[in-house]
Amino acid sequence: MDLTYGDEYEAFRADVRRFLDEHHQRAPQGAMGLGGRPDAKMLEWQKLLIEHGYAARTTPREYGGYGAEPDLLERVIIDEEFARAGASRGVSGQGPDMLVPTLVEHGTEEQKRAWIAPTIRGEVIWCQGYSEPGSGSDLASLQTRAVVDGDDFVINGQKIWTTSAHFADMMFALVRTEPEPPKHGGISYLLVPMKSPGIDVRPLRTMTGGAEFNEVFFTDVRVPRSNIVGQCGEGWKIANTTLLHERNMLGSSAQLESAFEGLVRLMQQETCNGVRAIDSPLLRDSLLRLQARILAAKYHSMRLLTCGLKREWPGAAALIIKLTGCQLSYDIAALAVDVMGELGVLYHHSKYERAGGLWQFQYMLSIGLIIGGGTAQIQKNIIAERGLGLPREPRVPEKA
Amino acid sequence: MDFGLSQEQQMLEQTLLRYAEDHVPTKRVRAIMASDSGHDPALWQGLVELGIPGLLVPDVFGGAGLTLLDVAVAARVLGHGAVPAPFLGTAVMGPVALITAGTPAQQKEWLPRIAAGTTCIGIAATEVVSRREGAGVRDERGALVGKALFVIDSATANAFLVVVDTESLALVPRDAPGVSVETLATVDATRRVGELKLDNVRPADWIGGRGGAAHAIERMLDAGRIVLASDILGACDRALAMAVEYAKQRKQFDRVIGSFQAVKHLCAEMVADLEPARSLVWYAAHAFDAAPHEASLMAAHAKAHLAEVGTALVKTATEIHGGIGFTDDYDLHLWFKRVGLNRQLFGGPDALRAHAAQLQGWDAA
Repeated sequence: MDLTYGDEYEAFRADVRRFLDEHHQRAPQGAMGLGGRPDAKMLEWQKLLIEHGYAARTTPREYGGYGAEPDLLERVIIDEEFARAGASRGVSGQGPDMLVPTLVEHGTEEQKRAWIAPTIRGEVIWCQGYSEPGSGSDLASLQTRAVVDGDDFVINGQKIWTTSAHFADMMFALVRTEPEPPKHGGISYLLVPMKSPGIDVRPLRTMTGGAEFNEVFFTDVRVPRSNIVGQCGEGWKIANTTLLHERNMLGSSAQLESAFEGLVRLMQQETCNGVRAIDSPLLRDSLLRLQARILAAKYHSMRLLTCGLKREWPGAAALIIKLTGCQLSYDIAALAVDVMGELGVLYHHSKYERAGGLWQFQYMLSIGLIIGGGTAQIQKNIIAERGLGLPREPRVPEKA
Repeated sequence: MDFGLSQEQQMLEQTLLRYAEDHVPTKRVRAIMASDSGHDPALWQGLVELGIPGLLVPDVFGGAGLTLLDVAVAARVLGHGAVPAPFLGTAVMGPVALITAGTPAQQKEWLPRIAAGTTCIGIAATEVVSRREGAGVRDERGALVGKALFVIDSATANAFLVVVDTESLALVPRDAPGVSVETLATVDATRRVGELKLDNVRPADWIGGRGGAAHAIERMLDAGRIVLASDILGACDRALAMAVEYAKQRKQFDRVIGSFQAVKHLCAEMVADLEPARSLVWYAAHAFDAAPHEASLMAAHAKAHLAEVGTALVKTATEIHGGIGFTDDYDLHLWFKRVGLNRQLFGGPDALRAHAAQLQGWDAA
């Protein structure tokens, strides 16, 4: 056990701190939300971050990135210091996070030159066109079709749960190019301009009352054939390499820890019948149960970080992160709502509402997080099959 | 940054695991369980040769001078094998008390015998956490009076560390006049706990002086809780492995039952609970030496959390086995019962969570 980062990395941390001390006043307030495009201040900040290697750190220099070698501890330190300073991490979203690594790995030289630099700078905003109304957990059953016609693909179909589609410039989409089976081998990865004629974006209001997602309808949408990433039929494989990038992300527990700290403060403030919530033995016991799980998650993320540094595959211990993290997030918010009792269901900027209704919002949103990006049940299949080696459920023979 | 077990700790784990697999099959465990003393001197001698009782004992006294994390590693393996051995009192809580508050003379007298495996230490400290049945030991003008329940390793101990009036720690030889010991039969026959009665007993010695052992008692309990948590971890590893193995072999409805989501999801849930719990136990054991100011909180949380995770896990593992898991012949219940005893010792989950709240100033003002 050695929980220090070592002199070399502490020097790196000092650099990050120096940068933040010097420049934090130029940082935009708050995180870049899902609500809109980055403003001028954000674009300026992003430019500065890339110059210093605090954004697009490992994106190759020739495509506008900083070009550093991947280094897990450096990334963790940047995360820690920006969080400590409360400084914006700059432009985020599915473009920089998912499309760029995919293009670096699978794109043509032309695609890389065209898209990577403006994407990491925040000038081109992307959305992800994967899920469909009939293809959720079974994503590979997707039915949106792209048919070759001359130099174009012609796309027809529908995507759903498309974050940012209402202001995005581009979509990276999975479409079916080969109508015959095989199921997975018939999928291709296309880059689609959102201004193309025939695209209709409709907001999808969720139970939280917000509309962070959209439905996107395609009617005879034409896209040049050169907009395919990889070959026809390679889309599933390509999308999965990006998902692997995502899954390799560490299960940082920082957000859970800060939500828990908020819950403790809430319980110290809220009273019912003159008794503070934290002085209620039952509520306090629930709080302590959560604290044990938060601590376990915290030290578990340190264990996974260590595995990452040693390039050891932790197996099932890593596959559980999404399942446990989302459930914890829900449980924290659920206790907060119970702590407030009747006040916990106030919403819509009601009188007496606490923290702008954030706990209730978080309570509902976390159900969406449990479902999105692979439901809890799909996660359990993955843990059991890949982590424990249990056999897959036998497939129902397809109807003739 | 290196959060995990060192190579030496992994070697210790492997060595002990091999010993347990080769020499302590469940057949032998069951024979020891059925014996009067619950103790097998040959098995104990094997552990002595591996240096297990002396893990914490400083090398000047013939031990290895290692940390609580090393001890937790050993405890996991003992839990994994349901190994019957007087480990908790002799190798953990006794040395911690002596190292924390013993005089040089006391250390010189007791620690070498502990490391050599010739003296076993029983621990009478339950009443710090929960007094039941009128238990509790008082000091009446230098003579100890009263009884202590759930005394650790009571059948094997040659001497007892007895908490007296909550802040003193007396060393009482088993053969001192006025001492009587009786085993309390619990569900878990792999270890013996008992009742210690003291009828005007003159203690051989006081650890930390009379009234001066509060800190030693706290450290002793923290270490005990962390080690019990690690024992639960080992028991859970074994029960989970058995359940997964069984789910891969057992066929019903022409399929192995592990292909049914109803079964595989139970397995996934066990892993999802157990792996972060393992990280918590490692940290708590590390903090005992490296961050002593956090040790009590971490020990309370680790023990409470592993008790909850462990109890649920051994139940689920049993359910996955169906009828066979409910039989005496099948070994799974050894771990079910081991977890059952561990859960209650030195504070059940509710008491430990209340303690954790108190440590953070969250108890009612």
